[in-house]
Amino acid sequence: MPAPPPGVSNTDFAAALRKLEAAVGPEWVFKSDEDVALYRDAYSPERDEPTERLASAAVAPITVDQVQQVVRIANEHRLPLYPISTGKNLGYGGSAPILSGSVVVDLKRMNRIVAVDEGRCSAVVEPGVSYFDLYRHIQERKLKLWIDTPDPGWGSVVGNALDHGVGYTLGQYRDHFGSHCGMEVVLPNGELMRTGMAALASDASWADYKYGFGPYVAGLFGQANFGIVTKMGFWLMPEPEAYRRGTVHVPKRRDIVALVEHVNHLENLGLIGMPGFRSPLGFAQAREPELRALVAKPGGPTDEELDRFAEAKGVASWSVELQFYGPEKTIAANWEYAQQRIGAAIPGSRFDDGVSYRFPLSATQQAEVQRVHRLVDIGIPNMSIFAIAGGRTPQNPDSADGGQFYFAPMIPRTGEAILEANRVLGQAYRDAGVPYNQYFSAPACWHYRAFIMITSLPVSRLDPEINRRSRAAFRALAQVAAEHGWGEYRSPPFGVDLVAGAYSFNDHALLRFCETLKDAIDPNGIIAAGRGGIWPKHLRGSRA
Amino acid sequence: MKKTISTAVAAAVALCASVSVGQPRPGAATVDHGKQVYDYWCLPCHGGGLGLPGFAELPGTQQLRIKYRDSPISPLLAERTDLAPEFVKVIVRQGVSFMPQFRKTEISDADLDALAAYLTRNNGASAR
Repeated sequence: MPAPPPGVSNTDFAAALRKLEAAVGPEWVFKSDEDVALYRDAYSPERDEPTERLASAAVAPITVDQVQQVVRIANEHRLPLYPISTGKNLGYGGSAPILSGSVVVDLKRMNRIVAVDEGRCSAVVEPGVSYFDLYRHIQERKLKLWIDTPDPGWGSVVGNALDHGVGYTLGQYRDHFGSHCGMEVVLPNGELMRTGMAALASDASWADYKYGFGPYVAGLFGQANFGIVTKMGFWLMPEPEAYRRGTVHVPKRRDIVALVEHVNHLENLGLIGMPGFRSPLGFAQAREPELRALVAKPGGPTDEELDRFAEAKGVASWSVELQFYGPEKTIAANWEYAQQRIGAAIPGSRFDDGVSYRFPLSATQQAEVQRVHRLVDIGIPNMSIFAIAGGRTPQNPDSADGGQFYFAPMIPRTGEAILEANRVLGQAYRDAGVPYNQYFSAPACWHYRAFIMITSLPVSRLDPEINRRSRAAFRALAQVAAEHGWGEYRSPPFGVDLVAGAYSFNDHALLRFCETLKDAIDPNGIIAAGRGGIWPKHLRGSRA
Repeated sequence: MKKTISTAVAAAVALCASVSVGQPRPGAATVDHGKQVYDYWCLPCHGGGLGLPGFAELPGTQQLRIKYRDSPISPLLAERTDLAPEFVKVIVRQGVSFMPQFRKTEISDADLDALAAYLTRNNGASAR
């Protein structure tokens, strides 16, 4: 038998495991070292260190009733549980708990697609359903629906939404929690609750209207520990008639300010999907030693120096790729409008037409998409993003290592904020000894009303020193970010208290409110201790 | 519990060299099931086709092409003729590089046996 969770006696743990086996079947309770090791976070920056977060056991229910039984058993024995959906939240904890010794509740077997409604553009799914699963379900039935998928397609539709994950198409869909509609939750006392219209005794509109009547409590179940979500409704996007891309280039460094304003305008009107900002000048560093020297000089380059270099080489300081979804004629007109608007406002701006498609794509078209852009831009799940997850490269062909986690602060959606974040974080990265493209980093635009200045920090299966450096960098960066009003939108497990602690207005009123709720809803503290930085009363002070 | 990956992979590599000499051939149904497991779990990284823009191949294929750059071994797992079943199982259960391990709720032991059967179905077909 594995070591018991903290605060649970060997006797109680053994009794709890026996009851769990009776509830879900002995083959679905994992307690051997070999089986429990499968729940390690493959991208843990604490690997093989005393602080690595390890499960004591795992249980894999297949029905809601079994989840309820698991929760009731946990209450009887004060057993800390940690639910996972598909367990693929790599970079943010994977399939491991935050509190070592927790029993992982593995919901992968709960993989039913409960409903997909083509006419109402919605779906209801269980936590074990991946983006691949939902996509295949839609394709096999030739439904005129799109999903919005994050980069790795094997992630859980439910789990990604609950961790405030994001995608690539139109703003209303790529905020995955924001596009959910109605959920079913097993509460910490084992009771089953539904939210929104799903809370009606006979629901006819689960995935149509979010709010139902009364307070909107669904938000309490994202990045938190107030229950185990067993179903969620989602709004899906109707397959558009067409897609097109266009790229805008602007010449000067400070043109980013006006460029962001105009792109925001286009997106706030619903005319574009996710924009992709870049710095072509930044990419030029690899081939331009003069530019590298300019960037490396003491005090760094001035804007004017960078502009002179960009002009001399004919390289744009910034660019943005715009994505258009909709009727072929309409999106052509929207692209034309974007060119007129930005061209009139930013002298020297240039425009490149990109690809355009009508849907459905032919197999040949689909196979060729990634020559020019990502499949996720058109709602096709895949795994290509792992090309940048470490591993062997032509420069380092013998590396057997890989993986990463993320520092992901939210900053205002302005060009000034990009420049300021790069200046401030650039210094913080330098202080931490981590490379950072200070003058040319562009934000991720997944959450469409704010920018994410996301960077990855490497993890190692083999070298604890790499992990220690990355953890130290994360802590330093999060501290600096908080001082400038930039909080992270997600966190690796070791960082949850630091990240939650930055949301400190009025002596941490938000966290204290969550703790009050935790004590009332989960008095035994059995659900996902530490998630969202919220700890049960008996563990407060131990923290991550 | 914290058996290190390097130890496990080293052991598996040693197994790889021995292929599966003397073991009975799995049945067609097992191999077919193994292909289903492969298509669902492995193909998205280890298949053919393009990777991200700027990457000619999918991530797993790209990694194996670099790894076997000086050898005739195919970077496509499904074309390999030199894998030992135990090697496949260790890699799936331990992970390697940025590939995570797979839990039994994802790939059961029976699925893994079938996957190993599929990926070793061509052993002996080459001139090795």
